[in-house]
Amino acid sequence: MAYSDKVLDHYSNPRNVGSMDKNSNEVGTGLVGAPECGDVMKLQIKVNPQTHIIEDAKFKTFGCGSAIASSSLATEWVKGKTVDEALQIKNTEIVKELALPPVKIHCSVLAEDAIRAAIGDWKKKQAVTEPVAVAAK
Amino acid sequence: MSTVVENIPQVTSAKGVKLPIYMDYHATTPLDPRVLEAMLPYFTEKFGNPASRNHPFGWAAEEGVENARAQIAKLIGATAKEIIFTSGATESNNLAIKGVAEMYREKGNHIITAVTEHKAVLDTCKRLEKYGYRVTYLPVAKDGLIDLEDLKRAIDDKTILVTIMAANNEIGVLQPIEEIGKICRERVVLFHTDAVQAVGKVPIDVNKQNIDLMSITAHKLYGPKGVGALYVRRKNPRVQVSALIDGGGHERGMRSGTLNVPSIVGLGKACAIASEEMAAESKRLAALRDRLKQSIMSRLDETYVNGSEEHRLPGNLNISFAYVEGESLLMGINDIAVSSGSACTSATLEPSYVLKALGAGDDLAHSSIRFGIGRFNTEAEVDYVADKVVSTVLKLRELSPLYEMAKEGIDLSKVKWAAEAH
Repeated sequence: MAYSDKVLDHYSNPRNVGSMDKNSNEVGTGLVGAPECGDVMKLQIKVNPQTHIIEDAKFKTFGCGSAIASSSLATEWVKGKTVDEALQIKNTEIVKELALPPVKIHCSVLAEDAIRAAIGDWKKKQAVTEPVAVAAK
Repeated sequence: MSTVVENIPQVTSAKGVKLPIYMDYHATTPLDPRVLEAMLPYFTEKFGNPASRNHPFGWAAEEGVENARAQIAKLIGATAKEIIFTSGATESNNLAIKGVAEMYREKGNHIITAVTEHKAVLDTCKRLEKYGYRVTYLPVAKDGLIDLEDLKRAIDDKTILVTIMAANNEIGVLQPIEEIGKICRERVVLFHTDAVQAVGKVPIDVNKQNIDLMSITAHKLYGPKGVGALYVRRKNPRVQVSALIDGGGHERGMRSGTLNVPSIVGLGKACAIASEEMAAESKRLAALRDRLKQSIMSRLDETYVNGSEEHRLPGNLNISFAYVEGESLLMGINDIAVSSGSACTSATLEPSYVLKALGAGDDLAHSSIRFGIGRFNTEAEVDYVADKVVSTVLKLRELSPLYEMAKEGIDLSKVKWAAEAH
């Protein structure tokens, strides 16, 4: 299978690889996928408690090149956005940006899931002090 | 109208190794130059139809075909008349299984095979099930071998055929065909083996191993694509198969169609070379394979060889790299031609059914790479491949949440994965 230049670029130079303290109150962690399906993504966000702006994002992904590229791109896109803005990111935008073929669309879906799961985790942590509704999937 | 075919771009590594490296010899092999040389006259001056019995053009072609038949027969301990030419192993497998099923329908309707067979066997058996045949799919153990006791139990008075491959195309595991042949002979059941990966790589003797039908293809053996053969035993017992392709009654009526003479000559030459060189070559390939395995596994933790290491083709190495997905690994070693059992590399998005049958778990199937070492690989290439694989696996493990979790002491099999979306 031939990959788009953007997928190759993210694969060769993945952005924002790493991990943050998952116990921190400012950090939301999303872990989606399953090893037997061939894809697992961990996406973490660090949110400013006052502005709700995502100040940092990290990822680690087990999966094909398109899965790595989708999650790498997702960290780039969420950074600097508020959590509500980040929830607007659609998998179809990832498909378009990376020129993913139809068989790789599930990689973009997983990246969108990872963003939502990380935000959901962060919101849950905030709910302990100030209740915020968790966006239903 | 002309079509521009681009050459595969080549570069040379710092250590003088030409890239890309071909290490996918189970998929196909390049033509041996000696094979090409033998074939060439049959495209031009010896172009005749071997069925033309009344002029020298036909005789020259016939001589080439009969010489090839003898060369193939010699490699497998058969007689020339027992070799039926086909278009390749898929056709040979179809002809053997469907041909026996139809011919022996009066005797019974039960066929026995194994879950790790090639699709050309499995899908043929599945089709026969639609026509009222019963098929038993024997399981394999963790090492990829069938249990002979399972086979004995599966044979009943309606069994007409056992079809078990000699060597597996993914994991290179060699089934105990001599023992299988013996059991089949005792129980008076025909034995077919798909020996596509085994012929010319490990010794085959149709009499010693009690093989009644055997599929062969040229392109796994440094011969051309599009030509193969089916060995059909002529005595003790005399085996008959119904034809799939009707016509001029070529190949003793079992396979009509004008013979593909240049390719048949190529298949014969490839077998002749194998007869001469197999012993030395398999020793050399096994040494290269062991070097590759040693070099990779001494530097990486949690890597596993899939399938028996004892009963294995000399050139095969199939390794799972835990916590790394196969397709992403292939992307990182894109100057090396190998293949993966990962779902992402298959059209069906299912991981390898062969590796799943070993009970390794889907995650290890997704993480597998098949190295197929062959005639034209060198030690320098093996070293390059090992270094590249090791560095890529290390890089991808840095990227892998599973590796991180495993290092934190989390038991991944106990994690509740949120994967309902798939």
